[in-house]
Amino acid sequence: MSLTSQSKRRDFLKVSALAGGGLMIGFPWFMGCKPDIKSDIIPSLPQPDQWFDISGFIKIGDTGLVTIMSPNPEIGQNIKTSMPMIIAEELEVNWKDVVVEQAGLNKDVFTRQVAGGSQSIRHGWVSLRTAGATVREMLLQAAANEWETDVDELTASEGTVLHRDGRTIGYGELASKAASLEIPTDVKLKDPKDYKIIGKGKQNVDIQGIITGKPLFGIDFKRDGMVYAVVKRPDAFGQKIMSLDDTATRNIKGVIDVVQFGDKVAIIADKIWAAIKGQKNLKVIYVSDDTLENTISHNEDLQKALSNPTKEPKRNDGDVMRALSDADEILDRTYIAPFLPHNPLEPMNFFADVTASKVELVGPIQTPEWTQSRVAQLLGRDASEVSIMLTRMGGGFGRRLYGNFALEAAEISDKIRKPVQLIYTREDDFASGPYRPASGYRFRAGIKDGELSGYHLIGAGFNMGNATRENWFPAGTIKDFRVDSHNLKTNIPTGAWRAPVTNFLASAEQSFIDELATKLDKDPITFRLELLRNAKDNLIGEIDYELDKMIGVIELARGKSDWGNRKNQGFSCYYSHNTYVAEVAEIELTDDLPKVTRVSCAVDCGIVINPLGAINQIEGGIIDGIGHALYGDLTFDKGKAKEKNFNQYRLIKMSECPDIDVHFVESNNDPTGLGEPTLPPAGGAVANAFFKATGKRLYKQPYYKEMEMLG
Amino acid sequence: MTRYKINVNNKDYDIEVDKDTPLLWVLRDELDLVGTKFGCGIAQCGACTIHIDGSASRSCSIPIDTIANKKITTIEGLSDQGDHPLQEAWKKHDVPQCGYCQAGQIMTAASFLKEKPNPTDAEIEEAMHYNICRCGTYLKIKQAIKSAIKS
Ligand code: FES
Ligand code: FES
Repeated sequence: MSLTSQSKRRDFLKVSALAGGGLMIGFPWFMGCKPDIKSDIIPSLPQPDQWFDISGFIKIGDTGLVTIMSPNPEIGQNIKTSMPMIIAEELEVNWKDVVVEQAGLNKDVFTRQVAGGSQSIRHGWVSLRTAGATVREMLLQAAANEWETDVDELTASEGTVLHRDGRTIGYGELASKAASLEIPTDVKLKDPKDYKIIGKGKQNVDIQGIITGKPLFGIDFKRDGMVYAVVKRPDAFGQKIMSLDDTATRNIKGVIDVVQFGDKVAIIADKIWAAIKGQKNLKVIYVSDDTLENTISHNEDLQKALSNPTKEPKRNDGDVMRALSDADEILDRTYIAPFLPHNPLEPMNFFADVTASKVELVGPIQTPEWTQSRVAQLLGRDASEVSIMLTRMGGGFGRRLYGNFALEAAEISDKIRKPVQLIYTREDDFASGPYRPASGYRFRAGIKDGELSGYHLIGAGFNMGNATRENWFPAGTIKDFRVDSHNLKTNIPTGAWRAPVTNFLASAEQSFIDELATKLDKDPITFRLELLRNAKDNLIGEIDYELDKMIGVIELARGKSDWGNRKNQGFSCYYSHNTYVAEVAEIELTDDLPKVTRVSCAVDCGIVINPLGAINQIEGGIIDGIGHALYGDLTFDKGKAKEKNFNQYRLIKMSECPDIDVHFVESNNDPTGLGEPTLPPAGGAVANAFFKATGKRLYKQPYYKEMEMLG
Repeated sequence: MTRYKINVNNKDYDIEVDKDTPLLWVLRDELDLVGTKFGCGIAQCGACTIHIDGSASRSCSIPIDTIANKKITTIEGLSDQGDHPLQEAWKKHDVPQCGYCQAGQIMTAASFLKEKPNPTDAEIEEAMHYNICRCGTYLKIKQAIKSAIKS
């Protein structure tokens, strides 16, 4: 890589930052850091002899083959396919001529290399298109120079530049010339009506590797001389090591070392099985402080918090207290949900190789930048010495936002000065958190003269910060409206879990609104539409959602589900991650056991980049939402999670999944999130369908326990 | 440590491991066949499913000492070119999300379809019941199995 092209890259980056509203651009090839783990798709064009680095994130080979880097972590949200699709669209290449590679962490060239909050596509939308269009214009300019003609005479399509007079030249031939051109600053983006790749279903770029068992995941990573580590952590939250006896562990063949760090003990072995056995044989005695928590007291704490509002409401329109005291009747309902583990199927793992000159990390992480700075801090190193290579992730659901496993791997490798792969057993993952915190919601609605006359929500969660979304529906639609939130303390580690806060808030709220509608003798959909339409004429305060988009998805779901004409239908709708979703669930009762048989789902997520991947995310979100609302239950006793593995913790299975029909609102708006938004409404839709089937309401997750009790 | 001869994907291997080593770790650690995944270690999730003499088994819970003279097939050996009818169907339906469970799902489905080439929906659900997909790709898996049956 010559100096000029390096400085060119910097120019380009500045351009992108200006044009792109902040996301990424670039990849670390020039640092000689070729990814060990790469896409396995066999490209249509021959491998080039020479690659030309046009812009820092797009490489074009002399055969016309194009490599596009995917900067963001892939956790199954299919970003490694959809982000490059956006670039390829503007670049005007055939998708089959594109190879996708995963970029490592590179703060100099990328920003927001994070998978979380369903934000990757939304944040990348402008900058990714600009990135593709910039290179397209450079290729056009290179052709214009070549033919000594005006660039306006030329168009680009399918990896070829065409002259009005019929001449053509391939990108492969132009690549070397384009690479030396000035980078244009003001590029024109395509009109959505001309899209050829965006909006067309494209297969996951890693699919061949996935279905043939290629080493794509962090846990598959190996390096010569690498050893394995399994860590014994305290049995309960609130414990410290008192004494340690590692004799039996050290006697296991293959165990190399036993290393204590803080209240954790790492068992180092040449093979993973020896390390696992070593962990089982370690004798540790812990002392407990007086903070060992349990589920009974968690639930009591929630109930207690919900009995009172806070001093500082999150939102306070009108005078709810007066409205409620003036009401003829008050509907007062409380909803409770437990802690949940994330349980991505690939257990936590990370590779670290710490030497005097560098800290090399490889593995599955949603937040590489955070991890880099925390590892640097932990080891007293400069962040520039810490490199992170991203692998495909076997699921995340929020768990891999928290890189504690990467810190552990780095600390262990620093202590033993060997390349080490740290692996959690499933039991380790269940026992160590962080978890989705337990939460509770109490809703009170006043009814006066047969109409809604005030609405008060009190939320409470453990270490949850704001347990509510005070400016989301039904905010703005009710005159006397108040929201309070309590943040309760716990020593159990908690964190974001797919659709944080709203994963249960939505279930509670949508169940309550359904019950309220029934109480008011209104159809649940009509009731919601009435609230929204009234707000169009008379909006109360400020809101964070758009009334028309909410109305749009509700009406679409009502039509597509054949609402009112089928048995046991339950409705729910929710806005989150800038996306609007409405779901209608249907339940069948066989031998009094409910089965969710169908979910019709309407989604407004702006332009759909990759319908194939989008439908996967939508189905996955709904199934996840139903599964955890029905079955998810992590309980604590004496500071320990009682459920230790999948034999004690129920996850949804194939036979428990409904058929799902998905309907997109047609839109040319910028794309919004999809990894999370279909999850929150699912639980409420099921609870409301259960009510239709049985006349009974559900207030406590996991629902299956209440269903059994009621049934 | 004990010496074993094992046959995996039609290749013979000589290995030396502890008697109680689960087949899963022999495949992953000794033979570098990492397509077989670790999910739970207690035969509950199906991520580690392989074939022993053609039938689907949970390699995490099978000690190496119990499988002498048996033929083992892993996802890497299911087909030569990654073109088993199920693999083709998986591509056609774009089944995977994170992808981690999928090798196990395919191995379970492959041995099931050999025994029962024309299953009903309910039989498919029953056969796949113990394979967890945390991402919820179940509907796509079912569609892919059904389309593989047709082909
Ligand atoms: S790892 Fe063997 S069944 Fe889960
Ligand atoms: S695709 Fe992620 S666990 Fe199945």
